[in-house]
Amino acid sequence: MEYIISILAGILFATAIYNLLQKQLLRLVIGSLLLSHGAHLFILTMGELKRGSPPILTDGVEEYADPLPQALILTSIVISFGITSLLLVLAYRTANENNTDNMEQLRGNENE
Amino acid sequence: MIFTVLIPLLIACLIPFVSLYKHRIHTGIFVFFVPFTIFIYFIQFIGTGFEPVRHTYNWIPSLGINFDFHLDGLSLLFALLISGIGSLVVLYSIYYLERNERLGHFYVYLLMFMSAMLGIVLSDNVFVLYTFWELTSISSFLLIGYWHFKEKSRYGALKSMMITIFGGLSMFGGFILLTVITGTASIRAMVANADIIMDNPYMPLALGFILIGAFTKSAQFPFHIWLPDAMEAPTPVSAYLHSATMVKAGIYLIARFSPVFSGFEWFFIIVSIAGILTLCWGSYMAVHQTDLKAILAFSTISQLGMIMAMLGFGTEAAIFAAVFHILNHATFKGSLFMVAGAVDHESGTRDIRKLGGLATLMPISATLALFGTFSMAGIPLPFLNGFYSKELFFGSAIDLGEGTSALASFLIEVIPYLAVLGSIFTFVYSMYFVFGTFWGPKKLDELPKKPHEAPAGMLVAPGILVLGVILIGLFPGAINGTFIAHAAEAVNGEAVAKEIYFWHGWDSTAFQMSLAVLGIGAVLTVTRKKWHGVYQILPGRLSANKVYDWLMAKIDIYSGKITNAYMTGSLRHYMIIILSAILIATTGFMIATGGFTMNFQNLASVTIIEMAVVLVIVAAAVATIFINNNVAAILITGITGYGVALLFIIYRAPDLGLTQLVVETISVALFLLCFYHLPNLKKRQESLTSKTTNGLVSIGFGAMVTLIGISAHSSDWFGTISDYFLETSYSLGGGDNVVNVILVDMRGLDTLFEIAVLGIAALAIYTLIKYRSDKGGR
Repeated sequence: MEYIISILAGILFATAIYNLLQKQLLRLVIGSLLLSHGAHLFILTMGELKRGSPPILTDGVEEYADPLPQALILTSIVISFGITSLLLVLAYRTANENNTDNMEQLRGNENE
Repeated sequence: MIFTVLIPLLIACLIPFVSLYKHRIHTGIFVFFVPFTIFIYFIQFIGTGFEPVRHTYNWIPSLGINFDFHLDGLSLLFALLISGIGSLVVLYSIYYLERNERLGHFYVYLLMFMSAMLGIVLSDNVFVLYTFWELTSISSFLLIGYWHFKEKSRYGALKSMMITIFGGLSMFGGFILLTVITGTASIRAMVANADIIMDNPYMPLALGFILIGAFTKSAQFPFHIWLPDAMEAPTPVSAYLHSATMVKAGIYLIARFSPVFSGFEWFFIIVSIAGILTLCWGSYMAVHQTDLKAILAFSTISQLGMIMAMLGFGTEAAIFAAVFHILNHATFKGSLFMVAGAVDHESGTRDIRKLGGLATLMPISATLALFGTFSMAGIPLPFLNGFYSKELFFGSAIDLGEGTSALASFLIEVIPYLAVLGSIFTFVYSMYFVFGTFWGPKKLDELPKKPHEAPAGMLVAPGILVLGVILIGLFPGAINGTFIAHAAEAVNGEAVAKEIYFWHGWDSTAFQMSLAVLGIGAVLTVTRKKWHGVYQILPGRLSANKVYDWLMAKIDIYSGKITNAYMTGSLRHYMIIILSAILIATTGFMIATGGFTMNFQNLASVTIIEMAVVLVIVAAAVATIFINNNVAAILITGITGYGVALLFIIYRAPDLGLTQLVVETISVALFLLCFYHLPNLKKRQESLTSKTTNGLVSIGFGAMVTLIGISAHSSDWFGTISDYFLETSYSLGGGDNVVNVILVDMRGLDTLFEIAVLGIAALAIYTLIKYRSDKGGR
């Protein structure tokens, strides 16, 4: 199963990057969201999958799933959420100010 | 001794305060005492019983870089030239520069240059020498560009900077090589270890680097082009830097290192060829010039070539003659520059075509110029020092010994002829200079000013230099044993007390060569206008200046083109470059090290539910690419998020599942909110090629991630540290939920800053929405 999840992470990365390379501003945000999903799954696979119970201490259970990647992913989810929302608002403001959401038209001036 | 180097720098710091009062007293009067005191200090060392003096001051002892000052005969000769001619130049500049010029700047640069030059000739440490070397380049740049409102000044300053800094850096490379080879930064220690250097395979490289440094600084062919353009500087600067001192720094460098390299035949070949070629080309080109200072500039180039050639010959007599000519050239060339400056100052032009017949109007200047040029031409009169060194030059050119290789033997054959050829042209331009300016028809109506004799103060300095010419000419023996012999000894390694005397007899070959120069030179001078057309053929359109200008322009254009080729301003291009670099580096490394492994043991089982979820996520992710409708794209992105949440739940991560669900819901809501406000929402059509590139890059990247994931999972090097968390979660953290205990207790710092990230994001969003500047900026 780990290999399948690895492939899934790879597919998520590939689609994320394809979106990131698009011209439309919205696609970039979608791409970054997909990228974070891929990364989270990737981290999860680095631990072992489906070994033991959820990491909540219960009497009589000997084996638990690895809690450390879960803690890392939890942190990461929150951070990527913060970034995604910022990106979205930024995209919205950029598009409003410049009246375009085409990345190819959003280039800096010569002297900036 | 260090004080002689530091005093000019210290005084330079005080100049701005003094120059505030320049309208009452000329700043130069204060400055004059600096080089004069140093000159007096150095003059006490002259004497038959001279012994080298050494002082050391720590600078960076851990790297072996210290202010090691060593005064031997050669350094003393240069130190005296620098301080002596420095005093005269300052004296001259007091009368040359008006008080409404920026005198503070001028004297600060000049003193900076003086201390740098003293530093070059006194330091024994190569790195200290390099430091002062670059300081001369910089101060020379500042002085050439002194009248910075003139475009030609700026051009000349930049050109000299580019060329001399290029040479300086190359020389630095040579120094580093020599330091690595010998393990010491001291020049004396390098000379003592010359055999170690000669045996080292990198020796030719070090020699080449050092030679480039010396040739650029001393304006040898083809690096001579900066010197004529440096004539845009005020005349005292040209007299000081570009005839007597800075351009001799390269000569000094060759003389200093010739005990190391002189055993190497290529040293003889390269230095002699460069010197002789420069001598001939410089003197040939000098006749073609119309500007007085340009004539003198090419004359300096050719005289430097002559000294360089003698250093290349490397015989005892040649080195003695070279050292002697360094002194002689400084005296007559300095005086000639000052006279040219006086003519310019009093008549308003330096164009020799407009000048003529000034001898009756400026008799003293004419006399001084006559002595200077005759000495430069090497006319056999017993009171002109130029003749002595020129005859010694001919003598050493004939008597070169045997060459071991064919090239060296050929050179030894042709050098005497080339020496005579160069000297003939030297004679022609010398006569052209003095008679073109001071004799012939008067053309007073062409001059901007009505010429009259320069003020006495302006003539004192060239007068003293001409007096030097005559005194050395009359009593060459007086400075021979006490002074010149010590300088030659420093280059040669052994004492040579060569007799200098005027009359060698009619049958001396050198004297016959001098007579030949005189005869042919006189004929060529008289018929100058008839053969002047030859310049249409030989330099014609060939010129090192054009190469330089072409190079500078092309460097500009091509570096701009290269930068524009990848700095397109398109985010997509940058992203492709970054991603491809990561892709190539990572997969390349993986293939090169055989890092990919695959191991089917210890895997979790596959169930239908999981597979179904995975397939849904894949379908949704792929669909985001192909769906044109934006709302649909947003919703489908949401599906991947919920799918991931499901996977979290399946893989025993309840907290993750919970968070992911909530976050995904809010994200989708935000997306839709944004979508509602976005203008003209159309999917952009991409061209097929960019689609292909995008596809290739993204598929490659995805494949790379998959491969890394598989290999990382297959190679199980060490166990997990999570056992510790599971064991101590309750006993130390007091909680059953291990993930939460890790988040707030064991790794609480992560959580603190993740809260900070959220806070900052919230503040930034608030600012973005609330804070609006008007169109056109605030």
